[in-house]
This record gives sequence, structure tokens and C-alpha cells, in this order.
Amino acid sequence: MQLTPDALIYFKIGDIAFNATIVNTWLIMALMTGLSVLATRQLRPDVPPNRWRTLLEVIVQGINAQIREIASGPTTHILYFAGTLFLFILVSNLLTVVPGFHTPTASLSTTTALAATVLVAVPMFGISRRGLLTYLKSYAQPTPIMLPLNILGEISRGISLAIRLYGNIMSGAVIVAILLSIAPFFFPVLMNMLGLLTGVVQAYIFAVLATVYIASACPRESDK
Amino acid sequence: MTELGLIAAVSIITAGLTVAIGAIGPALGEGRVAATALSAIAQQPDAASMLSRTLFVSLAMIESTAIYCFVVAMILLFGNPFWNAALQSAAATG
Repeated sequence: MQLTPDALIYFKIGDIAFNATIVNTWLIMALMTGLSVLATRQLRPDVPPNRWRTLLEVIVQGINAQIREIASGPTTHILYFAGTLFLFILVSNLLTVVPGFHTPTASLSTTTALAATVLVAVPMFGISRRGLLTYLKSYAQPTPIMLPLNILGEISRGISLAIRLYGNIMSGAVIVAILLSIAPFFFPVLMNMLGLLTGVVQAYIFAVLATVYIASACPRESDK
Repeated sequence: MTELGLIAAVSIITAGLTVAIGAIGPALGEGRVAATALSAIAQQPDAASMLSRTLFVSLAMIESTAIYCFVVAMILLFGNPFWNAALQSAAATG
């Protein structure tokens, strides 16, 4: 019963062991970067877009529209960050249908790393848009007694982001593994399909929550 | 009962109780969320896409508590630190 792909070691170079999480993350990175490079090869205004470039544009514009509904102000950098999070988690969850692929988001290491990037990005956006003192003062709103509670709230947001993604994906994999030993062919396939749907929803949730946290750290239109 | 047996029995019972009791609250909450979302869509059908999106986000947030309980149950069953330590001490003495 394997709870996490961290325990599955593919090969060792010297002292460093490369487990399934790292190798599969590299695979996803190579896949996404390779496909994007192939699709955007002749990016000039006079070249008519082929269907792959149109597909990429539809995806990016869709994500941009979603982010613009949540955050006010310039959203380009939020698009880079939250869009990358969404696409990485989406591709890694959808590739579970490929046999032999252990999705890296089923490991607590990956999800904690992603949540840590969100935890770092929120103060970065806040300080760059509001100024250091104004951002630090926002922790003491509405009264200075709330200061430890606000800090605790930030930390618990990050922890819940990591465990939500890890728990959803890991539980899908574990349930399929248990059902394979109990039930005939049909039920594990159904649970796998449910796992795909859960993976897509969780990718969307992660990106939307990251956008909401960043938007709450940025100045609102009413502040100006 | 030996110490090993006691640890195993308590872990298994607690794992079962954790998931059983921990799934009640989120299920009730999600039912209320779905009912309210359906009545809101019935009142304003052209806001359906925004309501559906908010519905999915709320469902995922509420689901988190049930997922925490599931993770605790998995740790109790498959990654139990006390079980491994007790096994080692029993193998050393017995």
C-alpha cells in the first residue's frame, strides 16, 4: 500500500536518489514546455494562427477572464503565477490516466512546495502594490489585538491549501488501489473517472484560492 | 491484551470513528450549500455560470475538513509511528 510516490525510487546518481515525484515533475515540465514551444514557433502578426496556437490563446484568455473577475487592478503578474499553478496541477492530475505515471501532486512534498510559493507570493504582491509599511499595518487591522490571529490565519491558509490538494488526489489513488483488490473491472474505472473530475476541480480551486489571497493583499479600488 | 494488540485495536477503532464522525458535518454543510445554490439559480437563471463557479469553490472548501479526517485515518492505519516503534521493541525483546 503506497501512500505517496516519494517512496518509489527510480534511479540513483551517487548519493542522490531520484524518486517518482521528481522524475514525473520533470516529465510534466518537459511536456508542457515542449508543447508550448512547438505551438508558438512562428509568433508574428502576419502568420495566421494554426489550431494549436488558437487552443493556447483560448486557454490563456479563459484564465485571464477568471482572474479579472476576482482581482482588481493590473492582473498580468497574477495571470503568470496563478495560470502556471492551474496548468501544472491540471496537467499532472489529468495524466493519471497514463499507466505507469504517478502524479506528483499525490505527494505531500509537491503540494507543500506549491502552497509555500503561494505563501511567499502573497506578501510579495502586497508589498509591491501597497508599500511595506501599509502592508504590515494591514495585519493589525481592525485592532492590534488581531495581530497574532491574522498571522495564524495566513499560516493556516497555506497548510489547508497543501493538505486539501494532497488529500483529494491521494485519496483517489488509494481508493482505486483498494477497489482493484476487491471489486471487478468496472468499479475501479468509475473511481478513476471520479478522480479525474476531482483533479480538475482541485486544480481550479488551488488557482482561484491563490488569486483570492493575492487579491486580498492588493489595494482595492475603494482604497485609492 | 498485549501492548502490540492494544495499539493495533485502538488505532483501527479510532481510524474508523474518525472518518465516520468527520464525514457528517461536511455532508450536511454541502447539502445546504447545494440547496441554496439551486434556489438562487432558479431565481436568477442568467447568473447561473457565476453561481455554479461559486458553488464549486464552496464545495471544495467545505470538503477540506472531511479530507483532513481521511488523512488522519490513513496515517493511523498505514503510517502509524507508535505501531512501528512497538513492532521494533517487540522484535527486540521477543
